[in-house]
Amino acid sequence: MANDDIWILGINMTKFGKHPDSDVVDLAADAALAALADGGVTIQDMGVLAAGNLMGAAAGLGQQLQKQIGQTGIPVYNVANACATGATALRTVIMAVKSGECDMGLAVGVEKLSGAGMLGAGFGAAKSEEWTRAGRHGTVSGFEGKLGTDMMPGVFAQVGMEYLHAHPYDGAEFELFARISAKNHFNSTMNPLAAIQKDMSVEQIMNEPMIAYPNTRAMCSANSDGAAAAVVVSGAKLRTLSAEQQRRAVKVSASVLTSDPYQEACQILPDVNTLTRRAAIQAYEAAGIGPADLDLVELHDCFATAELVHYDNLMLCPEGDAVAWFEAGNAHRDGSTPVNVSGGLESKGHPIAATGIANIWEICHHLRGEAGARQIPDAKVGLAHVIGLGSACGVHILERSGL
Amino acid sequence: MWRRCAVSCRADRVGLGPVGLWSYHAAIGARPGRPEGGPVSDPIPMVDYLVLGGDPHLVAHECTSCGARFFDRRNACASCGAVDSFSSVDIPTAGEVRAFTIVKSWTGGDDYVPAVVDCGGTSVRGQIVNTPPDPEHVKLGMKVRLTTYSIGADSTGTEAITYGFEPA
Repeated sequence: MANDDIWILGINMTKFGKHPDSDVVDLAADAALAALADGGVTIQDMGVLAAGNLMGAAAGLGQQLQKQIGQTGIPVYNVANACATGATALRTVIMAVKSGECDMGLAVGVEKLSGAGMLGAGFGAAKSEEWTRAGRHGTVSGFEGKLGTDMMPGVFAQVGMEYLHAHPYDGAEFELFARISAKNHFNSTMNPLAAIQKDMSVEQIMNEPMIAYPNTRAMCSANSDGAAAAVVVSGAKLRTLSAEQQRRAVKVSASVLTSDPYQEACQILPDVNTLTRRAAIQAYEAAGIGPADLDLVELHDCFATAELVHYDNLMLCPEGDAVAWFEAGNAHRDGSTPVNVSGGLESKGHPIAATGIANIWEICHHLRGEAGARQIPDAKVGLAHVIGLGSACGVHILERSGL
Repeated sequence: MWRRCAVSCRADRVGLGPVGLWSYHAAIGARPGRPEGGPVSDPIPMVDYLVLGGDPHLVAHECTSCGARFFDRRNACASCGAVDSFSSVDIPTAGEVRAFTIVKSWTGGDDYVPAVVDCGGTSVRGQIVNTPPDPEHVKLGMKVRLTTYSIGADSTGTEAITYGFEPA
């Protein structure tokens, strides 16, 4: 291993779901201590800490966490980057290690979202006595239901529908997206850490309460509580550690973060496509591999409608061919490129800032051969993708150590 | 359920300044309120990029350097970076549905149909109206045209008008 290679030494995620008796600091501490133990190191070994908790971004999770697990005086970066917060925390630590400032660091992401309801809606304040203009559009009322929607299920529904407009599909669009969701719900039955472990038929999914057509409730990511943490180590430092630590370490072959470049319609509907494709291109180039080399992919299926477009954005399929690629079974766990074998956000859950590290945990689990019932046989390379609206996209490519 | 806007507004086609039509209404004293028994105030657009009147339409800020269009104010162009170099441009009122969703109302109201409408090459955010909110009536690629309707009146009787797109 080269001195400046970057490795995941230890990693952990809590069960996603309801944790009524734990606050965000408790959950973050659970994941952090478990990740340190998984790597066979302690907080004393860490040279940097990056921590993300989107809903409490002003609270300084990193320092709060230190008070639970060890105040060692190291630099702390509290990060917030929408749904890419966890990936951003990880990448912050990777950059610190890569720069040579330290040889080990800890990244943590945590969120408490159980019962949070739908995110993003701007109904506006209660109607005042007289219309009053406010905001950058000089509006007299909230946009929601009057000029479109900012609720995530509706935004991402449009993202999926836009794809079917650009690449016309003769079949039943509603059922198509339900089938994507059914794949993920089936996968969740093998993941004991998933918030919802329930195999659902396409018909059951379509009969769930409609949230924003074509996304029913089962096709939306589950608001849940959870945390994930990862210990990053340099190649030079890893060489000084035990054979077992070196064997279980997972190589970070690419760590990419992008934002959305200007596109004509991005002012109207967030463009989650261009920045994902750019991130994927950069990641494949950095890792020196192509999409065909991937043994599994965890991508950001915040809604079933989102998963479809990312088959294309991550170049898993020929451009414009995501529907046919899915329908041929490629994304299923026995397909050419299994996607979201964890159950995806639709069933595993989506505690926002934890998600970007939990996806990495899933990949690492398979690359280490520790994924139990859902193990993808002989997995050597995996890709983890997250996207936060606004937008931010994180792509990491991971490879098993080969030692 | 949707009312067409039949009223006219004299602020039609006033250039979009920093506060758009609002400044015009304020200047002519049409807002806010009215004396007891006086004439009802002109309706106001829900957003300052909607121009009311006999020919309701949207107005965007267009970058004079690269042509990128924005419905809100920008300090510089998000596309090319040109600083403070925008002109006003009218957006075509005819368009095509490029994406839509149907949001289920959980408050007892009507379901609504947010959409992205391609109006002659400019993407516009709005809702599909004057047709049942279901996938049998709303289709990708359907032709639509801009329409306006009231979202209610304030305590002075001034109505706020928003826009939507109806099947053409």
